[in-house]
Amino acid sequence: MRTLVLATLTQDINMAGVVGINKAQGKPTISQIFNTMEYGPAPEDDKVAQWVLPDDRKTYETSDPCKDRVLASTIQGTQQDVDQAVGAAREAYVSWSKLSGHARARHLYSIARHIQKHSRLLAVVEALDNGKTVRETRDCDIPLVARHLYYHAGWAQLKDTHMQGWKAIGVVGAIVPWNFPVMLLAWKVCPALAMGNTVVLKPATSTRLSALLFAEICAEAGLPAGVFNVVTGGGAMGTQLATHQDVDKVAFTGSTEVGQILRRATAGTGKKLSLELGGKSPVVVFESADLDSAVEGVVDAIWFNQGQVCSAGSRLLVQESVFSRFIDKLKHRMSSLRLGSSMDKTADMGAVIDDGQRKAIAQYVDEARRHGAQIHQVEAPPGCYYPPTLITGVSTTSRCVIEEIFGPVLVAMSFRTAKEAIALANNSIYGLGASVFTEKMTLGIEVARMIKAGAVWINCHNMFDAAAGFGGYKQSGYGRDGGKEGLYEYIKPSWEGQLRFTPPNMNLEKFGATYMADGPSLTPSTPQIVSGDGTLPRVDRTYKLYYGGAQKRPDANYCRVVKDATGKAFALVGESNRKDVRNAVEAAGKAQSGWERRSGFNRSQILYYIGENLEQRREEFISHLTTVTGCKDVEAAAEVDCTVERLFHWAALCDKHGGEVQETQVYGTVLRVHEAVGVVGVACPDQRPLLAFVSLVAPAVARGSAVVVIPSQSYPTLALSLYQVLETSDLPGGVINILTGNTDHITKYLTEHQDIQAMWYFGSLAGSKFVEHTSAVNLKRTWVNYGQQRNWADQDEGAGQEFLYQATQVKNVWLTAGDIFAN
Amino acid sequence: MAEIDRNPGIPLDLSWVSSVSVNLPSVKRRAETLTTRRTVKKHWQAAWLLRAVTCIDLTTLSGDDTDGNVERLCHKAANPVRTDLLDGLGMTEAGITCGAVCVYPARVPAAVRTLKRLGVQVPVAAVATGFPSGQYRFKTRCEEISLAVADGAMEIDIVINREMALTGNWQGLYDEVKAMRAACGPAHMKAILAVGDLGSMTTVARASLVAMMAGADFIKTSTGKEGVNATLPVGLVMCRAIREYQQHTGIKVGFKPAGGIRTAKDALAWLILMKEELGDAWLNNHMFRIGASGLLADIERQLFHYVYGRYAAGSELPMA
Repeated sequence: MRTLVLATLTQDINMAGVVGINKAQGKPTISQIFNTMEYGPAPEDDKVAQWVLPDDRKTYETSDPCKDRVLASTIQGTQQDVDQAVGAAREAYVSWSKLSGHARARHLYSIARHIQKHSRLLAVVEALDNGKTVRETRDCDIPLVARHLYYHAGWAQLKDTHMQGWKAIGVVGAIVPWNFPVMLLAWKVCPALAMGNTVVLKPATSTRLSALLFAEICAEAGLPAGVFNVVTGGGAMGTQLATHQDVDKVAFTGSTEVGQILRRATAGTGKKLSLELGGKSPVVVFESADLDSAVEGVVDAIWFNQGQVCSAGSRLLVQESVFSRFIDKLKHRMSSLRLGSSMDKTADMGAVIDDGQRKAIAQYVDEARRHGAQIHQVEAPPGCYYPPTLITGVSTTSRCVIEEIFGPVLVAMSFRTAKEAIALANNSIYGLGASVFTEKMTLGIEVARMIKAGAVWINCHNMFDAAAGFGGYKQSGYGRDGGKEGLYEYIKPSWEGQLRFTPPNMNLEKFGATYMADGPSLTPSTPQIVSGDGTLPRVDRTYKLYYGGAQKRPDANYCRVVKDATGKAFALVGESNRKDVRNAVEAAGKAQSGWERRSGFNRSQILYYIGENLEQRREEFISHLTTVTGCKDVEAAAEVDCTVERLFHWAALCDKHGGEVQETQVYGTVLRVHEAVGVVGVACPDQRPLLAFVSLVAPAVARGSAVVVIPSQSYPTLALSLYQVLETSDLPGGVINILTGNTDHITKYLTEHQDIQAMWYFGSLAGSKFVEHTSAVNLKRTWVNYGQQRNWADQDEGAGQEFLYQATQVKNVWLTAGDIFAN
Repeated sequence: MAEIDRNPGIPLDLSWVSSVSVNLPSVKRRAETLTTRRTVKKHWQAAWLLRAVTCIDLTTLSGDDTDGNVERLCHKAANPVRTDLLDGLGMTEAGITCGAVCVYPARVPAAVRTLKRLGVQVPVAAVATGFPSGQYRFKTRCEEISLAVADGAMEIDIVINREMALTGNWQGLYDEVKAMRAACGPAHMKAILAVGDLGSMTTVARASLVAMMAGADFIKTSTGKEGVNATLPVGLVMCRAIREYQQHTGIKVGFKPAGGIRTAKDALAWLILMKEELGDAWLNNHMFRIGASGLLADIERQLFHYVYGRYAAGSELPMA
C-alpha cells in the first residue's frame, strides 16, 4: 500500500511558465517581430494540481477497521494549510465562476468519466478505509458519485438558461463525515462546482484516503488548480475552515451536535450554511404490507452500511395485528445475515468505523438490556464488528428509542392505527427519512404526506439518487443534497452583494432580554374633531395584539407610544412579552396544519380577497402611511398599490409551486413535494412598513405556513390596521398572528421557541447574529438580513424566487411502481 | 430418489390465500441484490456446480423427440460430467447423476428402459395433464397421469388450470390438483404454475399456496413454453410461499424452476436463492430441481476450466 503523505491539493504558484527567449537578447519589440515574423513562445498553461507537502507537520495513521492494520499516513494540516487552500480556492474562483456553464459541464463530465474508469480502485480504497463492504462501495457509493457528477454536469450546462436570477456564492467549505466519505463529498462538491463555486473540503479524521484519491482523479481529469482542494486534519480543522473569513458558504454533513456548533460559530458572518444532520428514522409497517418484502425493507433500512447512515430506519413501527408475526420473520431473516471483512464479497455487513463507535453502540444496547428490553442479536466476528441487533420491549421513553445510535441497532414498537403510527413516527426531534410499507396506495400516500421528514420511501428505504434531494426536517438540519432543490444551497440572488460581515462582539444572553414600557405621552397629536359643532372628539382607536384570530390585550398590559412623522404620539400599541409569544405560537401551531391541508385554490382565494379588501381601504392606508412615515402621497399610494400587487403575486403562487416529478433511476415516481415550513417567526424592517410586512407574510402564508409577525417597530399600526382586513377576508384565525412591541425582545423569544420552524429577521446585524446563533437550539431555519436593506418594491428583491425557497421545505416521496408481471 | 415425507396437503384455506399480496418492486430489488450479496469462488464454486448437476431434471420436450434422442438424454443424465473431470475434482466415486430425466408421456417407456439398462437410479419424470396449455378436458388430463405412472414414470409434472387461477376460482383449482395428486399415486407430483400466464406476482403466490394445499410435492415455475419462465423474482415469490406453508404446516415442499436457465452462473444464483430464502435443507434434489436442457453443457465447461485451467470447445464434451 502506498503511503500518502499529502495534505492540500492546490496550485503551485512557483511554477509559472518558462519563456523560451534568451534573456540577453531581451524581449523583442513589436517592430522587430513585425519584420522577422518569427514564432514566439506559445506555452500551454502548465498550472496543474499539486500535492503540497509542508514540512514539520504531524502525520496521522488511517487504518482498516476490519483488520486493524495501518493503511497509510496523512498529514495533520494546520491553520496555515487551511489558509493556503482557501486562498487557492479564492483565486481559482475568479476564473471558474466566469467560465460558461458549458465549460464547467465539460469539466464535471470529465471527472465523471475518470471516476467511472477508476471505479474499482475507489471502491476498494473506500471499503478498506471505512470498513464497509466492497459490495456496497461497488454497487452504491461509487456509482452514486458518478451519478452526481453526471447529473450536476447537466446543471452546469443548464445554469445560464435554467437558473437565471441566481449566481455563485464564492468559496465553499465542505465538511463531510466518515460514513460515506466519497459519496457525501460528491454530494457537496458537484452542485458547488456546477453553480460556479470553488471548494475546500475537509474529510473526516478517520476516512481521508478516498477524498485524496478523488482529488488525484480530478487532477487527472484536468480540473483547473484550486477549484477543488482537500485539507486533512483533526476535528478542530473543521471549525477553522468553517470560520475562515474567505469562506462564503459552509456545507456540512455530520452530527446534530457539530451542526449546532457550526451554526453558532458562523452566526452573523453572512456565510450561507446547510446542515445535513442526524436522524432516528421510522419504518412503518402496516398489516396491509407484503410482510416478506417489508422485512427486506428493514434490512436495507438498518443493516445498510452497518446502520451508520443518517437516514437509517432505526425505529421499527409495526401494526399490532401483525407485530409478532413480523418480528418472527425478521429474526429468521437476521439469521442469514453475514458479517465479515469489507473485502469479503459475501458479507452483508462489515466493521463499524472504530472501536470507540463499537463501544458507544454497545452501551446503548447494554443499557436497554439492563432496563428489561429483549435483545436479539446474531453472531459477530471478533474485532471491530457489531452484530445486527433487534430490541423489543422498549418504548418512547427508552434512550435507545429516542437517540440516534448510528449502528446496526433496530428498536421495534407496535401501533394500533394509522393515526397512531403517524404520531409515533413524528415523535422525534429528527426528521430525515421515513418509510411506509403497505400495499394500500391510499394509505401509503396519506402517511407519507403526514410524516415530517425530508425523504419518505414507500415500500423501500434508503434509496438515493442525484435527481432527488436528501436532507432533513426539524433537527435533522436544513438544505438538500441533490435535485434542483439542492442547487439553492450553492447560489444566491443575482442582485445580492457579497455578504461578509464581522459579527459584533455582543452579549448574546442580554440581547433583547428586557424592554421598557412607555409612560403616557406628553405630546399627543391633537385630537381630531369629528362633529360639525366642534364638540365631539374622534373616538379613540385601540390597537391590540392579534393572535388566534382575535384581538388580544398584551399579557403584561404595558403599551408603547407610536409617534407620527412629526414626533407626536399617534397611537398606543401593546408591548408583547414572552407569554404573548407563547400564546401566539400556540395559536399558530394549532392553525398551521389545517391551513396547509387546505387546497392551494382555497388559500389563493383568501389572499386575493385580502388584496381586494385592502384596495377598498386604499385611501385610508395612504393617509396612514403619510401620517406615520411622513412620506409623500404618491409614495404612499405606490406602496399600497405594490402591496396589493404582491398579494396577487402570492395568491397566484398558492397553487403553482406544489412540486415536481424527479427523474431518478427508480422505476416509479419520485415526487418532490414543496411543503410548508410550519410556524414561521417574522421580524419586519422599518422600511416600507406595509409592503415589507405583506412581502414577508404573504409567501409564507401562501405556501401553507402560519406566521407570528413582529411588524415594523417604528410603524406597527399599519400592520395592526391590516388585521381588520384579514378578518373580513375569511383568513382562519391563527394563520397570521401579529405581536407589537420591542422587536429584539420579541425576536429573542420567538427564536428561542422550539415549536417555531423558521425565523425570518430583518433588522440589525447584531439581531441577525443573535437569531442565527440562537436558532441552533432546535436548528430552525433562519433568514436574516445582516442589517442590510433591500428594495422591497423591486420584484426580484421583494418577491423573487428566494422567497419561495424560504417559504417551503422539500420532501421527496419515493413511490416504486410495478405490478405487471409477464403477460 | 430417497424417500422423504410427502406433502399430504391440507384443506383449502381461502382466507389465507386471499390475504397474500406481493410487492413486485421490493421483490425485484431483493432478487437483484441476492447475487450481489453472495457469490462462490474457486473450489466452492466447483462443488456448488456439481451439486447443481445433481439437481437438474435433464429435459427434452419437443415435438420431434424420438426414442433415439431420449436414449441419448438418459445416457447424459446417468453420466453428466466427464470421468476425467470427476477424477480431477476427486468426485469419481460420488455417483454424480442428474436428478431426473423429464420427457413427454409418449417417451416414458424408452426412458425407463434405457435407465434400467444403464443401472442408475435416475427417475423418469413425465409432463402430463395437457402439457403445456392444460386446455383439455379434466378426465383426459387425469388419465394422462395414470398412464404415465403405469409406464414407469416416478414423477409427474402437471400443469395447473390457468383459467381457474386467473379468474380466482381457487376452490376449483384446489379440487383439480387434489384429484391429480390422487391419480399420481406413489409418483411425486410437481405442479407447474406456468407463471408467465398468471399476470401478477400476487396470483403466483396464491396459486403456489393452493397447489401446496392440494398436495403438490413440488411447485414448479413454468413449462418452458410461456413467454416468461423462471426468473429470480418469481422464484423468490414461490420460495416465500413454500416457507410460509412450512411455517404453518411443518411440511417441506420442493421447488423447481424451469425454462431459461442456461448458464452455470444462473444455476449458482438459484442455489443462492434457495440457501438464503429456504435454507440448506432445500439444497439437494429431494427438495430442489432445475428443469433445463442446455445448462448441463455450460456447467461441464466451467468444471473443465476448473480442472484444467482453460476452456474446452463445445465439441469436446459429450452432447445430450
